[in-house]
Amino acid sequence: MRQAFINTITRLAKKDQRIVLLTADLGFTVFESFRRQFPDRFYNVGVAEANMIGMAAGMAQSGLIPITYSIATFASLRPYEFIRNDVCFQNANVKIIGVGGGLGYGSAGFSHTNYEDLSVLRPLPNLTILNPADPVETELLTILAIKHAGPVYLRLGKVGEPVIHHQPPKISIGQGIVYKTGKKIAIFTSGRIAANVIAAKLKATIVILPTIKPLDIRLIKKIALSHQNIFSIEEHSIIGGLGSGIAEVLSELPFRGKFKRLGITDEYFKTVGSQDFLRRRYGLMPDQIIQTINRETK
Amino acid sequence: MGLNLTKLTKIANQIRRDVLTISYHGNIGHIGSALSVVDILTCLYFNAAKIYPRQPRHSQRDRIILSKGHACAALYSALFHKGFFSKAMLNTYHQDNTLLAGHPEIHLSGIDASSGSLGHGLSLASGMALAGKIQHRQYKVFAILSDGECDEGSVWEAALVASHRQLNNLIAIIDYNRLQAFGRTNQVVNLEPFKQKWQTFGWRVKMINGHNLIQIIKALNSPLSKTKPTVIICRTVLGKGVSFMEDKLEWHYLNPTQAQFNQAIKELKFVL
Repeated sequence: MRQAFINTITRLAKKDQRIVLLTADLGFTVFESFRRQFPDRFYNVGVAEANMIGMAAGMAQSGLIPITYSIATFASLRPYEFIRNDVCFQNANVKIIGVGGGLGYGSAGFSHTNYEDLSVLRPLPNLTILNPADPVETELLTILAIKHAGPVYLRLGKVGEPVIHHQPPKISIGQGIVYKTGKKIAIFTSGRIAANVIAAKLKATIVILPTIKPLDIRLIKKIALSHQNIFSIEEHSIIGGLGSGIAEVLSELPFRGKFKRLGITDEYFKTVGSQDFLRRRYGLMPDQIIQTINRETK
Repeated sequence: MGLNLTKLTKIANQIRRDVLTISYHGNIGHIGSALSVVDILTCLYFNAAKIYPRQPRHSQRDRIILSKGHACAALYSALFHKGFFSKAMLNTYHQDNTLLAGHPEIHLSGIDASSGSLGHGLSLASGMALAGKIQHRQYKVFAILSDGECDEGSVWEAALVASHRQLNNLIAIIDYNRLQAFGRTNQVVNLEPFKQKWQTFGWRVKMINGHNLIQIIKALNSPLSKTKPTVIICRTVLGKGVSFMEDKLEWHYLNPTQAQFNQAIKELKFVL
């Protein structure tokens, strides 16, 4: 995903002089080629994320399209108030990249693991939040993010995400993708965990929502009113992310079916491990998804 | 420079009276902080900065960020006298449905960046200065900070990057009145040696009297350094111009009573 992002940005930067890349000292082995090709449009501003976001807002006010890059937790939480005041409130055309959103940096420990970025960013007006599921979505959403005039948060994975779209899907900001059609059960998912949902091979409708904000409310309503069991599955806290967003929509509908959120639960653990180890902890592996859904829909 | 000291003195005095009047009617404090920065803003807006009130977003304009946004009463008055908006609009300060909030916001003509949360302005200004370099534009960027604001770590993040990137088109101005919300700066968190701190961060430093119009104008108009950003540390007095407010901590927050308001206006009338 990271590679798909940087390849796309490099391609776009050749045509669009306004694109400038800022990093808070991350991107070793990722940005070298970009830096070589655009030495005056690549700035490592040091390990100082708040200042990076403030600078990016200032640059956007002058007509540039600054892209800021850091690990998701440092990209979103550390400079949060700068994102709120300088980027979103001023509607500055800044693209904020959070890499390794979710459990991707799990074995690096709590400090690097991120599962609350969407919860804190969703309330910010003007902000578009994109959460690609695979390298194909990453490329398409990166292009859309640059085209979109206004602040964007792009939540990326890291490396090695499987391709789930063997044909590029039709994609636009604010629109979900019906990946597969079932009858009684519908699963809403977003981001890299979509691969596990698909791998579970359930007889269910699978809807991928690459845009977390604005949510595709129309599609959620349509699916909710035509299915009995609704699930949300995300690699993010069940508080404040995709599941919460869907719950907000369902709670205002005459929806009489069952709804359950799967994701990262509201607790801390002392031990850490790989992404898959942690996904298993939260019941997000394909076999666990099958078990949970079978249990809940009996 | 087109220096007309009498005119500038008159403008500064008028801004001080506006600060008192609109704050009194808006029922809002921060008067001391506004009075402290009046002479700096006067020299900036009426002498040094290249701005175009009829084209507030002119691409070649100098950028001005009042990072110590709580002093905005003085800024609003300066913008009004410069012609960015009407007197009627100025009088809406801190009233319902106003664009003139208790801290400046970008939706108001003449405001280059929203502020209010301290420690943002120098980052924003650095970004604007870097953009000027990338786009080969000749504008300068002025960021006005308070001394207490320099407690914020982000100020020093920006200070590091601005000097590393040789943003010589960036001019920080510090309203160095040595009082912050809840005490004297050297008792809350000591900033000294302040001048040396900026120097060691790679900035060109000028220390001046922030109420001496000649000194301010000279500093603001001095040729840019070839490689360094400039910081002008302005020694100022909180509440400058109103005897009972000068250097008094409480005038960071207090609203004047009617008697105090009348007294302050009377004092300001006698200056000229």
